[in-house]
Amino acid sequence: MKILAIDSSGQVASAALVTEQTVLAEYTVNFKMNHSQTLLPMIDELLRMTGTEGSELDALAVTNGPGSYTGLRIGSSTVKGLAMIWNKPVVAVPTVEVLAANYFGYDGLICPIMDARRGQVYTGVYRCDGDKLTAVCEQSCMLLSDMVEKLNSLGEKVIFLGDGVPVHKAFLTANVTVPFTLAPMHRMVQSAASLGFLAGRYYAEGRTVSAMELVPEYLRQSQAEREREERLDHRTNG
Amino acid sequence: MKGTYILAIESSCDETAAAVVKNGREVLSNVISSQIALHTLYGGVVPEIASRKHIEKINPVVTEALANAQMTIEDIDAVAVTYGPGLVGCLLVGVGEAKAIAYAAKKPLIGVHHIEGHVSANYICHQELEPPFLCLVVSGGHTHIVIVEDYGTYRIIGRTHDDAAGEAFDKVARAIGLGYPGGPKLDKLAKEGNPEAIAFPRAHVEGCPYDFSFSGVKSAVLNYLNIAKMKSSAKGEAPAEGTEFCPEVFEDGITRADLAASFQAAVVDVLVARTVAAANEYGMERIAIAGGVACNSALRAKMREVGEAAGKKVYYPDPILCTDNAAMIGSAAYYEYMAGHTADWTLNAVPNLKLGER
Repeated sequence: MKILAIDSSGQVASAALVTEQTVLAEYTVNFKMNHSQTLLPMIDELLRMTGTEGSELDALAVTNGPGSYTGLRIGSSTVKGLAMIWNKPVVAVPTVEVLAANYFGYDGLICPIMDARRGQVYTGVYRCDGDKLTAVCEQSCMLLSDMVEKLNSLGEKVIFLGDGVPVHKAFLTANVTVPFTLAPMHRMVQSAASLGFLAGRYYAEGRTVSAMELVPEYLRQSQAEREREERLDHRTNG
Repeated sequence: MKGTYILAIESSCDETAAAVVKNGREVLSNVISSQIALHTLYGGVVPEIASRKHIEKINPVVTEALANAQMTIEDIDAVAVTYGPGLVGCLLVGVGEAKAIAYAAKKPLIGVHHIEGHVSANYICHQELEPPFLCLVVSGGHTHIVIVEDYGTYRIIGRTHDDAAGEAFDKVARAIGLGYPGGPKLDKLAKEGNPEAIAFPRAHVEGCPYDFSFSGVKSAVLNYLNIAKMKSSAKGEAPAEGTEFCPEVFEDGITRADLAASFQAAVVDVLVARTVAAANEYGMERIAIAGGVACNSALRAKMREVGEAAGKKVYYPDPILCTDNAAMIGSAAYYEYMAGHTADWTLNAVPNLKLGER
């Protein structure tokens, strides 16, 4: 089994080629560069370096949200185009789960935090049950204080990771009452190898979609839609 | 002999489109998924909503374009895409998709300027048309008089100093309560009105004989509405706060249709007068119109009338090729491809791409 995994959901652009056993190649760039310009050249490099043809792949995987709206669509359009022409299924994995997979095997709670602006974070809570990564709390968009409250009530040690950690470090330090650790920088953000690892499991379980069906999970409406609904609510209630 | 077949993708604003074009002139398929109904709720195009719709529609639209042309990707010689100007989030969907398709299928990639696409729509509708000719490019974002010196070679000799013509149409349409999309609705209403009812200003730009300014005529319409509103509220007939003031008939007997027709005539007069004057000055025998506003029936009629009276041949595309579409992108891409211009895998969306830039 060979899967090409692509993540452009956040600051990092990352691509990896994985089998069940091995990460054959991974290319990650965390530099102020446009994903639109870097992603396809990275994929090209990976495939050339490993002498892989698109036809040899079993599936393509993409980190499917939440994240930067534009970043998600760059990843999605790239995977949609590749998978359509190569005629391959697509594995779409939630971003927070991809992050949690960085700590697969950890013996406490894993809490990825992505900065969602407007005082909110994209977050969730995962735990490793033997050979399985299970969600204690599915990914959603919420106030960080609500997540901290939840973790404090769970009463277990926790590791935090994700691009929201540096942003909210002071808040976490001041408010988390359970033992906690912050991930080191080399496991802090999205990695296409982690995505590829999860994608292999999804693929084995038949959890795939077609290139046509693939649509990012934004977890939040656009600003215009939110404001319109608020106006309509206001009219019906007021 | 086998022709050159280009699969083209366009997603710069609110239409998701794909087409297959042969030799830059023959449209084998032209699929457009419009989002107009969606954006009407918001009174205009919402970039984030448009981008989300593009990602949902892009694969079905491309698949349908190939199917309608009775082709597979193997039969295609190159993949083309609009990479600017336009809304960046929207452009990126088409660019990402086109790059991935070209890469996976091992085909050349061609980046196309949206406005060069509009100009090229004329090549599809008029097989005999070849450069050089003069082109009036009029859309929601552009008002240019351009000399098309050769395929892909443009010299801009006139431009707007403020609003684009299409932008002025949209703003006035909104002010008189027509909503989005303003241009076509205003055109329709104007057919029922008297274009000479109100003498709106025809602005000249000092020292620039082929340039335009539309903010004056737009303000004149808004002023007319304000004065009418004040008179009406003095009589205690003002509309409820927050609603548009746009009666069917104003106090002075002028109808809303007269207002639309008079505004439209003011814009069309200057567009046509400058374009024909430029054609005379630069010795151009042929005049083409391109862009969304090239659909406007008054502009088409007036350009034909005045242009032909001056001994010019006048061209404009069929309405379906005036709106955003991918067939025109496939036409422009063919000439880029013939000139050896292809893009690499770093092709990016350029939201403010200038005409003639590569």
